[in-house]
Amino acid sequence: MRIKRSSWAIPYGIFLILFVALPLLLIALYAFQDRSGAFTLQNFVKFFNTPEDLHTFVYSIEIALITTVLCLLFGYPAAWILANARLNRSAVTVILFILPMWINMLVRTLATVALFDFMKLPLGEGALIFGMVYNFLPFMIYPIYNTLHKMDGSYAEAAQDLGASPATVFTKVTLPLSMPGVWSGILMVFMPTISTFAVAELITLNKVKLFGTTIQENINNGMWNYGAALALIMLVIIAVTSTFTDEEDKRADEKGGLI
Amino acid sequence: MKKFLAQAYIWLLLIILYAPIVIIAIFSFTEAKVLGNWTGFSLRLYGNLLSGGVSSALVRAIFNTLSIGILAAIFSTILGSIAAIGIFNMKGRARKAITLLNDVPMLNPDIITGVSLFILFVAVGVTQGYITVVLAHVAFCTPYVVLSVMPKLRQMNPNTYEAALDLGATPGQALRKVIIPQIRPGMVSGFILAFTLSIDDFAVTLFTKGNQGLDTLSTYIYADARKGGLTPELRPLMTIIFLVVLLLLIVINLRSAKGKPKKIQRI
Amino acid sequence: MAGTEEIIRIEHLTKRYDGKTVLDDFNLNIRKGEFVTFLGPSGCGKTTTLRLIAGFITPDEGRILLEGKDIATVPPYERPLNTVFQRYALFPHLDVYDNSAFGLKLQKMPTDEIDRKVRKVLKMVAMTDYEDRDVESLSGGQQQRVAIARAIVNEPKVLLLDEPLAALDRKMREDMQLELKEMHQKLGITFIYVTHDQEEALTLSDTVVVMREGRIQQIGTPRDIYNEPVNSFVADFIGESNILNGTMIRDKRVSFIGHEFDCVDKGFGENVPVDVVVRPEDIYISRKTEGEQFYGKVTSCIFKGVVYEMLVQTDEGYELEIQDYNAFEAGSSVGMHVHANDIQVMKKERVCNTFEGEVVSADRVSFLGEEWEIAPTSLEPGTKVKVEVPFGGVDLQDNREDGTIEGEVYFILYKGDRYHLTIKTSEDYFLYVDTQDIWDKGDLVGVKIDPKDIKIVKDED
Repeated sequence: MRIKRSSWAIPYGIFLILFVALPLLLIALYAFQDRSGAFTLQNFVKFFNTPEDLHTFVYSIEIALITTVLCLLFGYPAAWILANARLNRSAVTVILFILPMWINMLVRTLATVALFDFMKLPLGEGALIFGMVYNFLPFMIYPIYNTLHKMDGSYAEAAQDLGASPATVFTKVTLPLSMPGVWSGILMVFMPTISTFAVAELITLNKVKLFGTTIQENINNGMWNYGAALALIMLVIIAVTSTFTDEEDKRADEKGGLI
Repeated sequence: MKKFLAQAYIWLLLIILYAPIVIIAIFSFTEAKVLGNWTGFSLRLYGNLLSGGVSSALVRAIFNTLSIGILAAIFSTILGSIAAIGIFNMKGRARKAITLLNDVPMLNPDIITGVSLFILFVAVGVTQGYITVVLAHVAFCTPYVVLSVMPKLRQMNPNTYEAALDLGATPGQALRKVIIPQIRPGMVSGFILAFTLSIDDFAVTLFTKGNQGLDTLSTYIYADARKGGLTPELRPLMTIIFLVVLLLLIVINLRSAKGKPKKIQRI
Repeated sequence: MAGTEEIIRIEHLTKRYDGKTVLDDFNLNIRKGEFVTFLGPSGCGKTTTLRLIAGFITPDEGRILLEGKDIATVPPYERPLNTVFQRYALFPHLDVYDNSAFGLKLQKMPTDEIDRKVRKVLKMVAMTDYEDRDVESLSGGQQQRVAIARAIVNEPKVLLLDEPLAALDRKMREDMQLELKEMHQKLGITFIYVTHDQEEALTLSDTVVVMREGRIQQIGTPRDIYNEPVNSFVADFIGESNILNGTMIRDKRVSFIGHEFDCVDKGFGENVPVDVVVRPEDIYISRKTEGEQFYGKVTSCIFKGVVYEMLVQTDEGYELEIQDYNAFEAGSSVGMHVHANDIQVMKKERVCNTFEGEVVSADRVSFLGEEWEIAPTSLEPGTKVKVEVPFGGVDLQDNREDGTIEGEVYFILYKGDRYHLTIKTSEDYFLYVDTQDIWDKGDLVGVKIDPKDIKIVKDED
């Protein structure tokens, strides 16, 4: 009517600019500044000349990749079984897989520690990878399950009708059609694993450090500019990953789709 | 046979997934300081937790978690619902821009959100504490409220607003009596979601809580665990949190399932 | 029911969206208690007019006087009018009773009075037993009753109805038409009704306003509109008709389909091109081979429930549609005649396309937003000219790219021996074309004009 209702988005628009866009710009700004606020590339030079940080960075990517691959390996069959009406009729199992997504990650991590303690297993790299997979497996299963579940069953039937064996149906029909879910699963696992910081410290009792912890320590110790530069590097990795994976299947949709 | 194998695989995964939580729950019923020692069944840890027989810092952390969660949920529900109505009525480039910006907090890893807000508060020179934590939580919760309310607006017959005006309602009355009741399910879902996300948050809180000694449950547990040896009372607490989250999720899922069968029953 | 007292006067009402005029200089007087229907195809401006009256949009020009007071800028919630929406727009969170009581509750009326009034209207629309029902559990027809109850309970001075029956199936629609008509008589409220269904308009209304492209074509009683359409658009839109090219030879004498006929129209002048409308039921058909006005062969014959609908090819090559209670099977030779007072003669809206143009060079002229090749002219470049193109001079191409400009088939009129098409160009100009080819509405075409068919006349101004 007289006041356009589209103007109701203005307060939130301002809020988004102040608390989402501006902070991200500030990261970029701080990354290219020294303490006095002058322009510098020193923060990035420092990163490449600090073997420890560089090593942590590469190691974090390795851990994230291993975690993602393991989640995919264990998660895809689970998602496929859950979505297959002949193998799984119960909706409860699906909900059971989704539930842990909503429990505080620290609590889940400490629970892993408790499990390893209980079974008298050593808390090293093995525990870290177990903890990561344990934490993020549901994030891989859910999007894949979702695409498989929504998939029109008649595609597979049509393929069978045309003489394809069950194995061929899977490799030629089901798998290609479920790729969007796989990509968004990879995104949903890879991004938090590479950026996590508390998990590694708690599981390995500070023996293993990941890149997230490096960022946090620098920020904590007042090295804001260097911390911002490290955060920017991580942001670039994440931006590359998310443009690489299918843009349509955003984490937002997956999480939002739960409700 | 195939079905049996498949079911076995699923349940094996589920057992592994839930084993840590189950162990914590089991050992919340014994008094031992170290997890893994069973010293007989006891409700003392629950008793301590509920009677305040724990450090006042933990009690304050619990209180902060709940109050920040409620405040963040209230603010983001109000902000997000108004924004959703606005965005719904927008067109073209402006709508695309704000939708994109709305997606950013959901796509960003927590640590980036945390660091970026930390730098913002530092740059502006705000003392970080309770208020900055609430602001930060509103920032990453509101997009989810917008996403919850939007589908309700899409389902709404746009003529109902005009019908209300036509029947004599002022735009304000039309909003209160016609639009809000129709998008209320989305607002409630958004509120619960925002509350869950807020009490669940660790990374963003850690970066924006400042150094005035403010703690939420997450940051308290983190500090406690880093000191080595978890306070035993955290075991019953985690068990309770798990049950509460379980309950909230069941409520949300029941709410979304409720809409459809209702119509069928009535006919 | 309709008295002589005027309730609404609409003057020069105009509405534009993004520079496009969707309603152009709309003028109408409505009497108290009248049942007025805005009738026309989609996009004719009928719903825009209704929304302007309701107050959901404001006009760019013009006034809407309600009992003498201009309400054009009064917000909808302060207008004593109520609307029944096309898709009902019931409030899904309220039950039948609360939907109906919505307006009264806003007026802060005492509860017992609200209760009395709501029960009265629910009884009137036969929804008494459904008071506590969730509106979404109701059928379309029941929802429509509630929507009507919700509007009339406020005792509006005027009830606006926006295609209220469009979403109902045919049987339900016909029942509801009767009920609406009864309700209108009982309540004595002025009804303004919007529809694209000519049958509905003719059944219900005291007055029909036929609209097209934002302009009023004709205002009249259903009988006037049917029997004396003012132009070929109205004739085609209302009921079935044969629309034919003709020539007014002199007063009360007209020639068409290769014959001369007596008629009752006069005042057109002598030897003037006209459109002639003859309704299918007004052509008398027999097996006689002599003593009739003209002869032909039946090409098809379909039983339509009450009458047979036949297509007849006359000996002179014109195709006519005829309705009769008797069947004349395909292939049979027939004779036909038409009574003088069943021939409706209409002034032609135009006899050729005319455009504003400008000479570009000795053999090029620009009009319709494009440059065209023409037969060489001696006029100076830059001269403003009037461009005339005969209907038959426009060439339509299947392939859009083959034309000088592109357009869409917007409206089709069959004239017995050719189709008269209205083409809307990609720049929103209208172009009229006579063709033997069959096109469908909405077809995208390329438009070509042979240079020899473009006639330019120097603009006198």
